[in-house]
Amino acid sequence: MQKIGVFVCWCGTNIASTVDVKAVAEAAKSVPGVVFSTDYQYMCSEAGQNLIKDSVLTYGLTHVVVCSCSPRMHEATFRKAVASIGMNPYMLEVANIREQCSWVHKDKEVGTEKAIALMKAAVAKAMLNTPLTAGSTPVTKRALVIGGGIAGMQTALDIADAGFQVDIVETKPTIGGKMAQLDKTFPTLDCSSCIVTPKMVEVGQHPNITIYAYSEVTEVKGFVGQFTVTIKRKARYVDESKCTGCGACIEKCPMKKVPDEWNMNLNNRKAIYIPFAQAVPKIATIDPAYCLKLNTGKCGVCSKVCGTNAINYEAKDEYLEVGYGAIVAATGYEMIDVSKYDEYAYSNSPDVVTALEYERLMSAAGPTGGHLVRPSDGKEPKTIVFIQCVGSRETEDSCHGGKPYCSKVCCMYTAKHAILTKDHYPDTDIYVFYIDVRTPGKLFDEFYRRAVEQYNVHYIKGAVGKVTPNAETGKLDVQAADLLLMEQLQIEADMVVLAAALEPHRSARPLATMLTAPMDTNDFFTEAHAKLRPVESATAGIYLSGFCQGPKDIPETVSQAGAAAAKVIGLLSKNELVGNPCVAHSDEWMCNGCSQCENVCPYGAITYEEKEFRMPDRTTKIRRVASVNPAVCQGCGACTVTCPSGAMDLRGFTNQEIMAEVDALCL
Amino acid sequence: MSVMEKTAAARQAEWKPKIIAFCCNWCSYGGADLAGTNRLSYPANVKIIRVPCSCRVNPMFILRAFQKGADGVIVCGCHPGDCHYSTGNYHARRRMTMLFSMLSFLGVESARTRVEWVSAAEGARFKAVMDSFVEDITRLGPNERLEDLRCKEN
Ligand code: FES
Repeated sequence: MQKIGVFVCWCGTNIASTVDVKAVAEAAKSVPGVVFSTDYQYMCSEAGQNLIKDSVLTYGLTHVVVCSCSPRMHEATFRKAVASIGMNPYMLEVANIREQCSWVHKDKEVGTEKAIALMKAAVAKAMLNTPLTAGSTPVTKRALVIGGGIAGMQTALDIADAGFQVDIVETKPTIGGKMAQLDKTFPTLDCSSCIVTPKMVEVGQHPNITIYAYSEVTEVKGFVGQFTVTIKRKARYVDESKCTGCGACIEKCPMKKVPDEWNMNLNNRKAIYIPFAQAVPKIATIDPAYCLKLNTGKCGVCSKVCGTNAINYEAKDEYLEVGYGAIVAATGYEMIDVSKYDEYAYSNSPDVVTALEYERLMSAAGPTGGHLVRPSDGKEPKTIVFIQCVGSRETEDSCHGGKPYCSKVCCMYTAKHAILTKDHYPDTDIYVFYIDVRTPGKLFDEFYRRAVEQYNVHYIKGAVGKVTPNAETGKLDVQAADLLLMEQLQIEADMVVLAAALEPHRSARPLATMLTAPMDTNDFFTEAHAKLRPVESATAGIYLSGFCQGPKDIPETVSQAGAAAAKVIGLLSKNELVGNPCVAHSDEWMCNGCSQCENVCPYGAITYEEKEFRMPDRTTKIRRVASVNPAVCQGCGACTVTCPSGAMDLRGFTNQEIMAEVDALCL
Repeated sequence: MSVMEKTAAARQAEWKPKIIAFCCNWCSYGGADLAGTNRLSYPANVKIIRVPCSCRVNPMFILRAFQKGADGVIVCGCHPGDCHYSTGNYHARRRMTMLFSMLSFLGVESARTRVEWVSAAEGARFKAVMDSFVEDITRLGPNERLEDLRCKEN
């Protein structure tokens, strides 16, 4: 026999002002099954919880219904309270009479009437509640970080320092990411590689970190605590264990015409290459698209000069299966393709460059050794025009289909480019065309003002309409509008730099599908809660680090990377995870083995087994029946509706319970 | 005016639609909570039933609601692509399309049934959806087609 207790909360005046709480408690008394009801000012307070606990003990309650705020708020609190006195926590139901009643209805009579209905529905459901116990699954104490940029490296280091094993999977032959390609960082003008390369070394040497460079994740199975990930190790054609990174092969390689993506294709590299001097791991890689030996069968010079016999033209992609407890996405960003912005003539003139290309042109390790020259003729530019927000902050009706968001870092790096250029070549004329200058951040605005006031950079609010390469002068004719002075401008520029929008790396979307992690329309990973859980994905066991969650600069990325690591450490330090007991289960006698539930299950939690049944006539029969793995089932309920024989049901939200709620609410 | 007619007219005058809203725990239930937090009021005859996902809504629940005297049933889930269980709302969408076309074949006006996507961030949208749904149902009047008349006292 059920003995139900109903506890109505006032929530101070939040509920009590639009719902007659006494009337609700009174009405509960006449509902079948209810043996006790009362109201209290703050049910979630210590005293309120004690009131519930004491009443359970005094009246021998079997079920508890709390009429209060949303179950998303305090269901866990109340469940914990009743569990502390030995009641099964799933015997408790919450009726949401605050968010869905007192706060949305003004009239007290109407509010009270609805609160009573909601209370009755909760009682009807509680009547049918049965004790549920959660299973537990062990946690694999190893983390996977996908992406080896500054975000991934920082997350990996923090996890590794806490004593857990971490693997980094990076698609490029080296870790380091975009930060290693930058020249200086704003607003302090620190040399970027001087800060990032020691980090790379630290990652490379850490005893708890394994780097899988030149590798990709191809499959993710499992669930929080128990992921199984397939990693594809792309063939480098160089034996990692033998290569010493001496570079002899690179020197002798005859294939010199390979665009160097490390330098944004501004110069060429060889077909066998190490992206840059400080690469980690420092191992040569053969580019299969250009290698003569691989493509024509003739050459083989590198294998002849290699002192350690590391070259292997026969190498194949290898696949590795590794188990992890947690996965961190740190896939970072790339710049959008600006070639569709024909008005800026990016495809027509080598002197129109993106900001990242400009970064390489300024870098001492770049294609020009840090000497700023025009890519077309190698002369120093005298007039440079920077165009802001190329592809960022575009409205829906724009013809380019750019990004609606602000890429966040462009205003600051343009100020940096302007200052650095002026520092090295004080007589350069610099124009910056902007929509707004956005400089929120420590020392950011001071930095921007320095560009304007000390360095005399011409900031012009306005837009560039067209850039035309002038064949006669060899310059770029820039046509623009100054929106403050309302006048047209004609500038003869030597170079044009586009602050192109940054977008999530193209590998993020397929990865999200593999991880079953939600993404927004801009392909940023969605966090579990915009304010309170910014580094976790809604999918349990998946964490977010860096730009893949939203535009960020380096310090923000590093802080988020640390936060993600802290969450991972919290997970990995548990030996087992208590699961959600509200999972599907099948009635084996009713199941007819049709496999429909297996087809709709997004988690692969349902398998079929041949089972022996003893029939009423004492014969035995082998039947094919579904069985649900409670550790894998997430409790969505898709299978329960699909099942044609009604064998599948969801614990905690059973067919009967929901029907009872429907009945109570329709009364 | 006969006694029968009078009571019928009186019943009509004080009639308020009964509306059941199935809301998925991860999005629409959160959206309803947000409407509350922002004090966006909508008619009180909307009663919400929490389900883990829109795909948990069995067509039987909807038939049962109509049978028990509901005048409209609405199923709310996460936006396509955003379902917490990744594909649940697609299942719900297909099932409900089937069910609703069958219901309209039986003579239940198609405006009495709806599927809507409301995210946990869309409190205002939740209110707007409920306002418009209640308006539609009020215009249609009581559901008599599927109601089990045996449970009505006259
Ligand atoms: S969880 Fe909202 S529709 Fe599936």
